[in-house]
Amino acid sequence: MTKGTVKGIISNLVYVEVDGPVFQNEICYIDFHDIKLMAEVIKVAGNIAYTQVFESTRGLKPGNTVEFTDKMLQVKLGPGMLSKNYDGLQDDLNKMEGLYLKRGEYTDPLDEDSIWKFTPIAKEGDTVMAGDWLGSVPENWIDHKIMVPFLMEEKYRIKSIVPAGDYKITDTIAVVVDDEGNEYPLTMIQYWPVKLPIRAYQSKPRPFKTLETGIRTIDTLNPIAEGGTGFTPGPFGTGKTVLQHSISQNAEADLIVVAACGERANEVVELFTEFPELDDPRTGRKLIERTIIICNTSNMPVAAREASVYTAMSICEYYRSMGLKVLLLADSTSRWAQALREMSNRMEELPGPDAYPMDLPAIISNFYARAGYVYLNNGQIGSITFIGAVSPAGGNLKEPVTESTKKAARCFYSLSQERADSKRYPAIDPIDSYSKYLEYEEIQDYLNQNISAGWVDKVYKAKDILLRGKEAKDQINILGDDGVPLDYHSRFWKSELIDRVILVQDSFDPVDKSSSMKRQAYMLNLLLKICNTEFDFESYEELQPFYSRVINVLVQMNYQSFESDKFKEYEAQLESILTERRV
Amino acid sequence: MAGTAFQKIYTKLTQITKATCTVQATGVGNEELATVGGRLAQVVKIIDNKVTLQIFEGTEGIGTDAEVIFYGKPPTLKVSEQLAGRFFNAYGDPIDGGPEIEGEEVEIGGPSVNPVRRRDPSELIATGIAGIDLNNTLVTGQKIPFFADPDQPYNQVMATVALRTKADKIILGGMGLSNDDYLYYKNSFENAGVIDKIIAFINTTDDPPVERLLVPDMALSAAEYFAIQKNEAVLVLLTDMTLYCDALSIVSNRMDQIPSKDSMPGSLYSDLAKIYEKAVQFPTGGSITIIAVTTISGGDITHAIPDNTGYITEGQLYLRRDTDIGKVIIDPARSLSRLKTKVIGKRTRADHPQVMSASVRLNADAMNARTKLENGFDLTDYDQRALQFSRDYAEQILAIDVNVDTEEMLDKTWALFQKYFTPEEVGIKDEFMKLYWKKE
Repeated sequence: MTKGTVKGIISNLVYVEVDGPVFQNEICYIDFHDIKLMAEVIKVAGNIAYTQVFESTRGLKPGNTVEFTDKMLQVKLGPGMLSKNYDGLQDDLNKMEGLYLKRGEYTDPLDEDSIWKFTPIAKEGDTVMAGDWLGSVPENWIDHKIMVPFLMEEKYRIKSIVPAGDYKITDTIAVVVDDEGNEYPLTMIQYWPVKLPIRAYQSKPRPFKTLETGIRTIDTLNPIAEGGTGFTPGPFGTGKTVLQHSISQNAEADLIVVAACGERANEVVELFTEFPELDDPRTGRKLIERTIIICNTSNMPVAAREASVYTAMSICEYYRSMGLKVLLLADSTSRWAQALREMSNRMEELPGPDAYPMDLPAIISNFYARAGYVYLNNGQIGSITFIGAVSPAGGNLKEPVTESTKKAARCFYSLSQERADSKRYPAIDPIDSYSKYLEYEEIQDYLNQNISAGWVDKVYKAKDILLRGKEAKDQINILGDDGVPLDYHSRFWKSELIDRVILVQDSFDPVDKSSSMKRQAYMLNLLLKICNTEFDFESYEELQPFYSRVINVLVQMNYQSFESDKFKEYEAQLESILTERRV
Repeated sequence: MAGTAFQKIYTKLTQITKATCTVQATGVGNEELATVGGRLAQVVKIIDNKVTLQIFEGTEGIGTDAEVIFYGKPPTLKVSEQLAGRFFNAYGDPIDGGPEIEGEEVEIGGPSVNPVRRRDPSELIATGIAGIDLNNTLVTGQKIPFFADPDQPYNQVMATVALRTKADKIILGGMGLSNDDYLYYKNSFENAGVIDKIIAFINTTDDPPVERLLVPDMALSAAEYFAIQKNEAVLVLLTDMTLYCDALSIVSNRMDQIPSKDSMPGSLYSDLAKIYEKAVQFPTGGSITIIAVTTISGGDITHAIPDNTGYITEGQLYLRRDTDIGKVIIDPARSLSRLKTKVIGKRTRADHPQVMSASVRLNADAMNARTKLENGFDLTDYDQRALQFSRDYAEQILAIDVNVDTEEMLDKTWALFQKYFTPEEVGIKDEFMKLYWKKE
């Protein structure tokens, strides 16, 4: 194994003189008193390896010895990851002792002594390759597949496989043989280098179905595809985190991985304390049972922050290979980009825009490309849907992280300060935001078949009403209430109707926080019917009181269980208000 | 912090800039303290035997033959009960004429708390200021700054907040504080008779700017001692964080780092997060709450300092001079406390959230009416009433000099609702209307 000596230290960048071969992204450990500090090679020049240390480098001296591992940064994969709280390097935070995070303390992400009920899927004599299912163990309510390790590149024959029964994750559950007769004993544990995508699947089709999030402004207006990508840029205070939390609670996914990347610790504590209490709306079990939290808060070392998103993505890919529908939420990818910037800066690379590294767009798009819908080798399907939050400096969307992400992600959910200021949450701007998937023929067919015929046209119709309403409002603001034709007021109020009833959603209300697709379709149809109705008004002053009443009743409907008696009561009230002025 | 030096003495400086110097030395650790020509310095970069130090006092008059003595340890602070009631400089040396502190020596700027060992903040901090208690309730373990223009009386407001809270200890970290403001704080604490629970680390405008970099870490190390060892509720006041950031940019500039937005170092977010994230609620009852001041220029919050701060802190408070009443208020429209939802209506009366949002909404209507008025459009009857409400609301409830408990704030707000609006206009849930809307 290659060894080295510390030559220089600038913050968490450490120069190491090496005595043998090293490779890019190789992990090494720096001896420091009686602990070892983990670091990653990020550049090599001559016999000097530039390493970023995942810890504070306080007290480190030139002359400290370094051991290289011949491995890249990797995750340890196996049953027992659900409900865990990891740091960016996949250390189990709950296993760490003491109040403070200690330098050099690395904990096992899995519980090696835990016992699992294994049922074989493959049998002796089967030919298998990386990612193929050998058997399964129940993990919470997920059927956790034990797979041929992704790192095994050949075709293998199963020489033996254990019968159904209880095993530890370290027990050998199968032995496979390659063409040359080499035997490989396999356990339930495998490793994967996080910076590489797991490609143990047959093909990656274009996304062709949508993923319900329960959030109306997303599902109705700009749906995200299962296996799709999206991002939510917004200035602070516009509700990025609340939006991410409510997606994580309500989205129809088998598994949610939340990567808290460089964000507030108290927000993560909220996840820790609330998720074990909250019910999963679909299974009725606790939310925490389908959640993995990767937590690298803003005060943790910056290099580990960079690693955290990759750790999260690798865990997602692992579960996707089991044929599961995984949702990855990262808050915020800007902090990840800033971590890249800090390192690039210390290495004195020539800076790109706003001092970010020049390859930032490439790094971001490579990362987003790891999401997706896949056909596994056995014909089963799995998916990773990825939604990243972006925190643009000063709320200016013309900054490098937002622009680079815009090129990579297919859905753009722009959070607007103006909407947030007027407490219209979720503050996703209906005009600026878009979903590219809505243009996919596959998705259009899916929506028209699964929701209702002509659904996509209705969605576009609603978008038109919103846009025309905004134009009318601008005119009214310039010319004054009585300076525009009555029709302008009518346009404005119709858009207000859609805005206040469909777009605005109370994420703290037990009913309103999540809306089923059936309900969303019902409400959109109802609203479009109102928008298509002619009403009789004498002057612009009559519109505000009328529409306020209409909106109020519709909002009350939002607070009631769908099709309940109360719901129908309000609907009847609505009808009588409409009748007053219907032409 | 004048340590007993026993290490080798180096006298070969190879480079001197306005804030840093480089010396040939061996066996030196990163972030280690040293003195250069008698001035305190800290190692910021080591390449082979070339060690770069930032000199807190500046390098004026430092010669290439200046004596460099390494301490073999990072900056430390001695912590014990003796800290209470004392004033220190940025190095933790007493400036009040009192004796040196005896106690355990701890490294400042230590590691972060394991997030799974934190507790969800849930204890309300009462200040008697409606702009805070009613609209933007603070919670122990929270971190929140005032975004204030330099002409606003933020130091007075902060002193008021500090004195009205029931904190066990108040720790003041003053960075670039004017001597007048320093004396103002000192006098207010003395007059209020609470000097025993005050600890202050002060860097005034008379002191060199780079020294400021030590102040937050000093203040927070003292805070951690009282919060962890003594399970006390500690309130940390940091003023002014903008001047702290300016010092950061000076050092990074001297080290030839490429600046990012607004000439700030690329690591600004991490640097600020390390400080603010020390705010914590411990399961054992102790807590650290941080109230900071970030001065902004002409209300511009898109500048890198307030912008990065906003992404880290749990909300922000704005001061505004209300010209109608001629008093300073905490702006109900722009201020936000993210953690308020953890306590309002739970630790306070159940109608609190509804009353709060109704009053903010009605106040926003008043703002719109004012804009209408300024643009020469006619006001409706509702606009008139909203304007009157807004004025009374500012004068009787929001003004900084009003000091009442939350219950009374709520009652007063109900009275104003009833004076100017119909129940429908107020739009509060029926269950509360029945309780608090007085029958004619």
